[in-house]
Amino acid sequence: MSEQNNKNIGRREFFTRTAKAAISIGAAGVAARLFYDAKGPQRGGKAEKLVTLPDFSVPQEAGKTISVVKGSDRIKSVNKAIELLGGIKRFVKAGETVVIKPNVAFATPAMLGATTNPELVAEVVRLCYKEAGAKEVFVIDNPINDPASCFMLSGIEKAATAAGAKVIMPTPSLFANTTVKDATLIKDWPVLFGPLEKADKLIGIAPVKHHHRSGASMTMKNWYGLLGGRRNTFHQDINGIIAELAVMVKPTLVILDGTMVMMTNGPTGGSISDLKRADTMIASCDMVAADSCGCELLGKKVSDLPYLTKAQDYGIGTTDWQSLNPATATLS
Amino acid sequence: MKIVQARRISQIFFFSLFVWLIIVSTVGEKFWQIRAWPVNLFLHLDPLVAIGTILTTHTLYYPLLWALITIVLTIILGRFFCSWVCPFGSLHHFTGYLANRNKKTPHKIQLNKYRSTQSVKYFILAFLLGTAAFPSIGNSLQTGLLDPIPLISRSFSTVLLPVADKGSYLTSVAQRFYEGAWLIFAIFAAAVLLNLVIPRFYCRFVCPLGALFGVIGRFAIWRIGKNKNECINCKLCERACEGGCEPAGQIRTSECVLCFNCRQDCKDDLIKYQTSKSLAGEITNPDISRRGFVLSLAGGVLAVPAARLSNKLGANWYYKVIRPPGALEEKEFLKRCIKCGQCMRICPTNVIQPAGIEGGIENLWTPVLNNRIGSSGCQLNCVACGQVCPTSAIRPITLDEKRGLGEFAHLGPIKLGTAFVDQNRCLPWAMNKPCIVCEENCPVSPKAIYTQEHYNTVRDGILTIKAVTENTIEFLGKSNSTNLATGDYYCLMQDGQHINIAANTQTSIVLADGENLSKMPSAGDKIAIQVRLQRPVVDIEKCIGCGICEHECPVSGKRAIRVSAEGESRSSDRRILPGG
Repeated sequence: MSEQNNKNIGRREFFTRTAKAAISIGAAGVAARLFYDAKGPQRGGKAEKLVTLPDFSVPQEAGKTISVVKGSDRIKSVNKAIELLGGIKRFVKAGETVVIKPNVAFATPAMLGATTNPELVAEVVRLCYKEAGAKEVFVIDNPINDPASCFMLSGIEKAATAAGAKVIMPTPSLFANTTVKDATLIKDWPVLFGPLEKADKLIGIAPVKHHHRSGASMTMKNWYGLLGGRRNTFHQDINGIIAELAVMVKPTLVILDGTMVMMTNGPTGGSISDLKRADTMIASCDMVAADSCGCELLGKKVSDLPYLTKAQDYGIGTTDWQSLNPATATLS
Repeated sequence: MKIVQARRISQIFFFSLFVWLIIVSTVGEKFWQIRAWPVNLFLHLDPLVAIGTILTTHTLYYPLLWALITIVLTIILGRFFCSWVCPFGSLHHFTGYLANRNKKTPHKIQLNKYRSTQSVKYFILAFLLGTAAFPSIGNSLQTGLLDPIPLISRSFSTVLLPVADKGSYLTSVAQRFYEGAWLIFAIFAAAVLLNLVIPRFYCRFVCPLGALFGVIGRFAIWRIGKNKNECINCKLCERACEGGCEPAGQIRTSECVLCFNCRQDCKDDLIKYQTSKSLAGEITNPDISRRGFVLSLAGGVLAVPAARLSNKLGANWYYKVIRPPGALEEKEFLKRCIKCGQCMRICPTNVIQPAGIEGGIENLWTPVLNNRIGSSGCQLNCVACGQVCPTSAIRPITLDEKRGLGEFAHLGPIKLGTAFVDQNRCLPWAMNKPCIVCEENCPVSPKAIYTQEHYNTVRDGILTIKAVTENTIEFLGKSNSTNLATGDYYCLMQDGQHINIAANTQTSIVLADGENLSKMPSAGDKIAIQVRLQRPVVDIEKCIGCGICEHECPVSGKRAIRVSAEGESRSSDRRILPGG
């Protein structure tokens, strides 16, 4: 009997134990309160926070909306084309951060023309730094083929870096979801937002390429490279998506390089024989006008590319590029 | 400096070098990328790779000559590789030390005693060499399953680095994925965790390379042994013995991994690394019975034909075994592939994956292409995998050879397989939806995917006209179609013309401007709403099987265009076309 009594706990230990038990029960209750979810999972999951791309455009100046320069030297003709629009200082102010979006879609060498010419990118980088006094220039794209290989093989990484720009690879953390106003396609869709969020200006540089599905890949189609996710589903409405991209992105300037034009087998090309010399460089504040002018290099009319008219209907620009009194020049 | 300190420095140096060489197996031009780093250093120093491929191919591929250095040094010095160079050995050494460092000395002596089961590794070696040995029965190089250098290379490339890289993106832009890496990890983790039971468990009981060193190091000129007879038999020398080779008694030379801990721990300085025999005697030969050896060798020899009863090298070959560009014909490939994972690591698009056993048990962890994983199929302008293959199971081809240019023009491009359109899943074929993403991304010039234009009437698309005003046609009733103004929808007129639709409501359509209408229809006429489809067709003679189309196909589950290995140029019996 006395042995059993010895096993009984004392008053002190009873209180300690009770207190510990009470704290544990309390903690369980608090945890349950903190994690309590009265609704359960809802259809569609958690909504992502939506972002809107900034407006990078600059005020219009009559007669300085689009320039078309004929010449075989890209460096000279891009300088002239920008000069005709008022010079790089019209577009980039000292101390600004500039994002350049070339077409780096494929892991092919520059000479095949499936990607933006690296020297052209480097020259625009140089203009931003040296002429305009930009603080920083970033080069971005979300290519179709392996990103690192595309930037390397196209020569764009090397040329842009040598000119002082920083190439930003499309890592997942840089994407954020956006919805374009009144859009039917770009709804809650990931875009390469990170580098654009902090930028002051955005310049698109695209080559003129044949594209079997849409007819032609030029400056508006170039924005496809800002999309993330399984963006290929948009090909079911290729004209719709290109027009919506033009609504989504409001660039400072677009440069359309028609020095060498990919006439067939686009947009990948793969052979020199797919290219044809057209010696044309277009700079424009109006993407629709630039592409309407550029499509002629492919032997196409505005009516062959329904996305041009769609974008015009959205109020992005005009397909009648001649009405803008384009500034022209021919370089020897 | 004490010799064990020198050993630790050597281990840290070689382990760090090993990890560094795995990291730099990355395509690129930065200092931490491939450049001219000798990324196959350890694999080429591994004599089991050299001997295994000699047995299977009867040739010594030239870079494997490096293994001769290891062999010669082992003959002179003993199993120095295990405790001084082997990165897997160093890992075991370190984890074994961590796990057991606080144990009492008698317990440590007990842990590090010799066990007769240590001879299992010799049987494993005999089995693996048996699988490699007899060409008439069929031979297959399977040493890579357990050979420590390929094992640790594979584990780092397909598990540890991708996990370390996750979220940090230090060596890759996107997270890298490896199918079935869990099994590679499980084996790696098991090998490391077994050090908690017995230090250097893998080295003592499993390692076929250690067994090989045990055999060729029997006659080592220098060996560990006692040089004085004053031993009080305190057994302190066995406290930290890495090989479990019993230096206190008759030392088992073939088990000694030259850690020099015994020399360090002997308080009376009796143990030396010397040319003379140990005064306590020594056992140089591995503790294996003739019967055990013969049985394991025979097991290996018979395992190959047994595995091949599945006929995976014959008519029952598995069409998803799509090998990297430059891979040898399948039988020759299996004679050389050591499953080291170098090609999987270097591949810039991450398309090269470790195979499972669907293509046969011999296929485990050999490289196959999975076009659904990675950043794009096999990139046209890339030959990285063949450049790093240590045994030339994937030949180091040039871009010209891959693409069939220059001196290789008459041979044509290397084909990995052929893309097949699944007409039951393809949007333009089966669903009346425009797409042709595959055609767009085909990198071949001229494209290996072309399209056939086809107009198909949409569901309930035949309508009766109510009224016509200019370009607007009103019809009776309501149309089911929502958006017909995508540029892909047309109105088929009675005269056979297709007029693009610019806008529509449920009761009317607006025809595009500027079209030449010879005659506008009138009320009561029937028109058809049609979608213009470009249906993809693969040009079997142009397709190289790169899989970029499959990777990009928007039907993202079971792709509507898929590559399978028929038509691959490395094998003559898997062709589809006559003569090609």
